[in-house]
Amino acid sequence: MSAPVDIVGISKVFNAGRSNAVTALDDINLNVAPGQFVSLIGPSGCGKSTLLRLIGNLTEPTAGSVKVNGKSAAQARLDGDYGMAFQQAGLFDWRTVSRNIELPLEMKGFDKAARRAKAMDMLDLVKLREFADHRPWELSGGMQQRVAIARALSFEPKLLLMDEPFGALDEMTREHMQSELLRICATTGTTVLFVTHSIPEAVFLSNQVVVMSPRPGKIAKIVNVDLGQRNDDTREDAEFFKKVTEVREALRGYDHIEPMPTRLDER
Amino acid sequence: MFVASLALLAVVWELYKTVGPAGGGRVLGARLLPKAENRSMPHVWDMLQRYTRAERRGGARTIFMVVLSGLWFTLRIALAGLVLGVTVGLGLAVVMARFRLLERALVPWLVISQTVPLIALAPLVVSWGGRLHIGGFTWQKWMSAAVIGAFLAFFPISIGALRGLTSPPAAAVELMASYAASWRSSLIKVRLPAAVPYLIPSLKLGANAAVVGAIVAELSTGLKGGIGRLILEYMRESTGDPAKVFTAVFGAAALGLTMAGFIALIDMGVSRNGPKELAV
Repeated sequence: MSAPVDIVGISKVFNAGRSNAVTALDDINLNVAPGQFVSLIGPSGCGKSTLLRLIGNLTEPTAGSVKVNGKSAAQARLDGDYGMAFQQAGLFDWRTVSRNIELPLEMKGFDKAARRAKAMDMLDLVKLREFADHRPWELSGGMQQRVAIARALSFEPKLLLMDEPFGALDEMTREHMQSELLRICATTGTTVLFVTHSIPEAVFLSNQVVVMSPRPGKIAKIVNVDLGQRNDDTREDAEFFKKVTEVREALRGYDHIEPMPTRLDER
Repeated sequence: MFVASLALLAVVWELYKTVGPAGGGRVLGARLLPKAENRSMPHVWDMLQRYTRAERRGGARTIFMVVLSGLWFTLRIALAGLVLGVTVGLGLAVVMARFRLLERALVPWLVISQTVPLIALAPLVVSWGGRLHIGGFTWQKWMSAAVIGAFLAFFPISIGALRGLTSPPAAAVELMASYAASWRSSLIKVRLPAAVPYLIPSLKLGANAAVVGAIVAELSTGLKGGIGRLILEYMRESTGDPAKVFTAVFGAAALGLTMAGFIALIDMGVSRNGPKELAV
């Protein structure tokens, strides 16, 4: 079985050849095994979102190769090999919750009955079945994000790309959503690539935490985590804190060399 | 509320007639105050009553019926103009949203198109149209009027539609890209629905423009049977029959309201699906 994500020697330069050229990513190598939950963590401007979009073929690398499920990223996108979720749930107000989940299925040519049945299955999975015919704005932020996850998973992609999906949620909702996501992924066996700013979030969710350093974006360290079956008590576990500290120190590693610059937009 | 404001306007009108100077007046040396005598400002009840009397001495039809048929005539032209304007405006917006380079090339031309004086344009449209013979199809004068209405209407619609079509955030566009959606399907599934809240105010402007265009076109093309023509004819008779012209003017106002009503109906039809958060 080929790796869900196989990145070799990726570089990305924005405005290449011009005076305002910015190297967003420099010589990144990353291999993700099936069923793994991998977090990308780093300060703003380290290129972690760019890396995610390269995997999704939403932008092209300047150099290097991205393979998704053993295919080129472009082919994987055409084949619907991955689903995507963003920080903003991005549901469409003119569609019901169910029809939002059906959108990718419409694009892939499923017939109406199949779409509806699939959407209902997904709503069961995210525990929102009774909201199928509600409008998105009637749902709370956390519920909207669950719908967005259901939408991303509706066509059963093997890979889920998530760009700070819980970034806009409050702490309580966020922890709840993390547990929900783990439950959903355990059910579906989906491989996840998860961009986040939060160290505890990355550690709680992941098998691997990829710590990135900025300017140019590089992988500073990969921290392996094995917390086994996770629940709310895990957050107070000694092993959890140990890993949080390890990630934090990895993030600080480059901080001693160069003071962390403030940059708002990494796109 | 509209009825109340209408009544208020009638009261103010009559009030001015009782206190205003009969021969007009000057404020700070400028001729500002209109003449308050009956020839310039007929009584409200005279105007209303005029609707019930025959259009001409000995004529069979009341002026109400004449104005009504004029309204119907012009309404159809304005609607045809609006439909044409929406088609062209929306088409331009889609093309500009697809090829952003074209937007920069086209928008100045759109602006220029709106500064061309209508009076100069109308005879041109009529003469071009008059030369058009395709098979059994002959160009009618009312078509010229509709084209002129469309010429005014497409502008706000294309600008509003362009704004709406480009309103989906980058994440929505990338989401569609992640589904390997074609531009066409992202247009239909995302861009067009997202444009609706922007299109409604544009349609309101466009509908009014179509009415103005149709009325002005009637005047400058010499088209008979519409409300614009009635205003022109009745104006000439205003010395002898001052209330008459107002019946047609109110007719034109009613026409604008009717068109606005159409758009309000469309708005109700499409907006019940969404939260009313966008106020343009």
